[in-house]
Amino acid sequence: MTTEDNEGLGGPRRVIGTPSSAPAALDAKPPAPEQAADYVPTDPADMGRAKVAERLAAACFLIAFIAGICFIVAYIGLEVGPNNGGDSVIAAMRSNYALGSSLGLALLALGTGSMIWVRHLTPNIEIEEERHDLKSAPQDRAGFQKDFATGTAITQVTKRPLLRRTLMIATAPLALAPLLLLRDLGPLPGTSLRYTVWKKGTRAVTLGGNRPLRSADMTAPGSMITVIPEGYQDDPDALAKAGVILIKFAPGELHIPTNYDGGKLVSTMNWTVDNIVAYSKICTHVGCPVALYEQTTHHILCPCHQSTFDAANGANVIFGPAARALPQLPLTTDAEGYLVASSDFTQPVGPSFWERG
Amino acid sequence: MSDDAVKIPGALSGVGGWLDDRFHGARGVRVLMKKVFPDHWSFMLGEIALWSFVILLLTGTYLALFFVPSTTDIVYHGSYAKLNGIHMSEAYASTLRISFDIRGGLLIRQIHHWAANLFMVAIMAHMLRVFFTGAYRKPREVNWLIGIVLFTLGMLEGLFGYSLPDDQLSGAGLRIFEGVLQGIPIVGTYLAYFLFGGAFPGSAIVPRMYIIHVLLIPGLILALVSAHLFIMFHQKHTQMPMHGNTEKNVVGQPFWPYFMLKGQAWFFFIFGALVVLSTFAQINPVWLYGPYTPLAISSASQPDWYMGLLEGALRIMPAWEVNFLGHTLSLSVLIPFALPLGIIFTGAALWPFFEAWATGDKAEHHINDRPRNAPVRTGIGVAAISFYGILWAEGANDVLADKLQIPLYTITWIARVAVFVVPIGAYFVTKRICLGLQRKDAELLTHGVEIGIIRQLPHGEFIEEARSLTDEENAVVASKHIAPALPGPGRLDPNGIPEPAARGPLGWARGVANRAFTETVVPNGHVNGHGEHNGHAVEEGEHAAITGGDSGEHHHG
Repeated sequence: MTTEDNEGLGGPRRVIGTPSSAPAALDAKPPAPEQAADYVPTDPADMGRAKVAERLAAACFLIAFIAGICFIVAYIGLEVGPNNGGDSVIAAMRSNYALGSSLGLALLALGTGSMIWVRHLTPNIEIEEERHDLKSAPQDRAGFQKDFATGTAITQVTKRPLLRRTLMIATAPLALAPLLLLRDLGPLPGTSLRYTVWKKGTRAVTLGGNRPLRSADMTAPGSMITVIPEGYQDDPDALAKAGVILIKFAPGELHIPTNYDGGKLVSTMNWTVDNIVAYSKICTHVGCPVALYEQTTHHILCPCHQSTFDAANGANVIFGPAARALPQLPLTTDAEGYLVASSDFTQPVGPSFWERG
Repeated sequence: MSDDAVKIPGALSGVGGWLDDRFHGARGVRVLMKKVFPDHWSFMLGEIALWSFVILLLTGTYLALFFVPSTTDIVYHGSYAKLNGIHMSEAYASTLRISFDIRGGLLIRQIHHWAANLFMVAIMAHMLRVFFTGAYRKPREVNWLIGIVLFTLGMLEGLFGYSLPDDQLSGAGLRIFEGVLQGIPIVGTYLAYFLFGGAFPGSAIVPRMYIIHVLLIPGLILALVSAHLFIMFHQKHTQMPMHGNTEKNVVGQPFWPYFMLKGQAWFFFIFGALVVLSTFAQINPVWLYGPYTPLAISSASQPDWYMGLLEGALRIMPAWEVNFLGHTLSLSVLIPFALPLGIIFTGAALWPFFEAWATGDKAEHHINDRPRNAPVRTGIGVAAISFYGILWAEGANDVLADKLQIPLYTITWIARVAVFVVPIGAYFVTKRICLGLQRKDAELLTHGVEIGIIRQLPHGEFIEEARSLTDEENAVVASKHIAPALPGPGRLDPNGIPEPAARGPLGWARGVANRAFTETVVPNGHVNGHGEHNGHAVEEGEHAAITGGDSGEHHHG
């Protein structure tokens, strides 16, 4: 164990590009000066420095004390919430600034004071600890192995296969039990991911306004509007799959290829009404709402991962990770002229899944 | 410290005696107090993670006193006037209440969120330190693996934590999470339905995430942190190469009182910095996002930084999907979900064992490497950083496109190419830089340090004066240890038969890897253990040469 005295605040400057000077060696130190029993420096220069350091640290602790008081005052003095008259956002921010700056100052001052204490008041004593082999001594290893093997032999587990195997059999069902208990966490998916709540005759109503739409309501080509099935405005589970975007095109702009998937019609021009087409709003990548529509290019963009769909061409994917076009909702009008679905989607909406096919 | 110089206070012997009578602790606690903590700035990174975790536990407990983990729909009539009369979940409403109606609630919420970000930053920085200095080597492989698990748990913990308030932004994140779950082959839809209690969004996910977030994962993290610290304590710290440090000792300051004071100061600094950040740098202002509704989304939605890699991987992916036998394999979800993190975490977990196999180095290491002295490791580390970094930046490609005025698709295409090219380039460049730095070290060892004085000799010649390294400098500069090379690929013994260790594809691979690992610069003629090499010099400098894989002696046969 070697003692070295306080190394002042700065050593000799090193030339850039040369190795930094290694820390003072343990064994190359001159013999430690006579250390007072209480570790307080005796050399007058050191005493002066220590005095300064002590005062600085004490000043930090005093600042922390005052800041702590300020924190308490701010907590009591600055009300938040609805009952204090003014704007509650401003009240919350005011309280936040007051509490945060006082608490932050108190903690930083405590940290600074402690750092000055340990860096400039405590003598820099380093000690050396011996590292022992992590490996046990050979006789300890042998002893452990012997004791363990003896214990095993006493149980006769290796000699009695019948016991061993029946015990293993006994634990197998119990090991499955915890998994089994998780079964009722949720219903089986079944075919529920294949269907939405749209059915023949369901009116498309505006999101937020719940207003049914006639094709004449969408006059300006290029407009996009989000609609939902009538009556489901408060059902997030239904909306998460059944959200639909309606896009109005100028005559001749819209070209929807007639596509079949597994024998089922999935897209056709016949499902549009007056150049209004209905696509699922749920991205076929991982299910974000495709919310951005660029009128000039007819691109629908998913803001999450930038899958881009060509609205004028059956919502085919033209960029990004989505692998499928947005499903088209068969659209028609009812007797009163309102836009309605003529059936549910003819393919699952949203992200792909294993059973989708 | 001469023991008789310090007076023992009566209270110490009294209280201490009372405890020791019951617990027999004097000897053990004395060992604890004298536990040596080596001093190096990079050793404080893990400590940041530890203190952040403590702050997370404290602030999280406070938040749990007020947060209501429920999706029950209510109409808001609180003090945030802009959302007055709006339908929202109790979870979201209680988060608003914490932010606006509870004194200090906003501050604690923001400290909690900032501390979570700092926790993950600190773990990552700590892991990079451990990797680049080789501190994961025998006997510390298990602690390295625990660290990887802790980082993974931290990611999940953060994801579930920031999803709890049920705001528009985190709801979109959950929607993505559910979509990714659905994409998992065979069990995907079942996993999603079991976790969410049915179709998305359902009403079960918030209380389920809550219990996972406040009990299950923190419990695991606490247990693993304890194991991590216990193992570190038991195996003792590594230390940087310095004069006086050997493989057989640990040099530093004792726990009591030094680390006590320093740890206290560091804790206050970290806590104070987090408080200042949380006061002046707003984080996750959920009231601006509004409550979650499934059909709304805002552009430039980014997760917290540690999920950015996954987000970027999703964005970078081309539209790949395979349909066969009535089943769908959604590769454009599956690959981003599993591959990048799989490469990084599996690679990190296997690395210590791979390195030991490739170098044949089975020795214990307690003195850390300087990164330059392990060019392959350092190169791989920088390659991994660039791989991670590109995917991470791609996670904000829309923000980059906006700020840099580069078309969005161009950015994605750049990232698609860069994610393969840049890591490979980074590996080779880094390796060269390391060897260059080794050459500089070799120069210092043979030639000394130029001290900036040029002297003209009587006959007119100019010489630069140099001094030889001090013991302290020499301990750092000469700290390189290269394990002896193994038999090279296809190397034959005198009878023309491949050496046993070099046989077969595995032996060949090991030989190739070993060649890369043992490429090093030795100071010519300098006697420090590498002087009598007989390898082929790939490149000749004035004072240094690079030696290839089949130099040195080997212990095989």
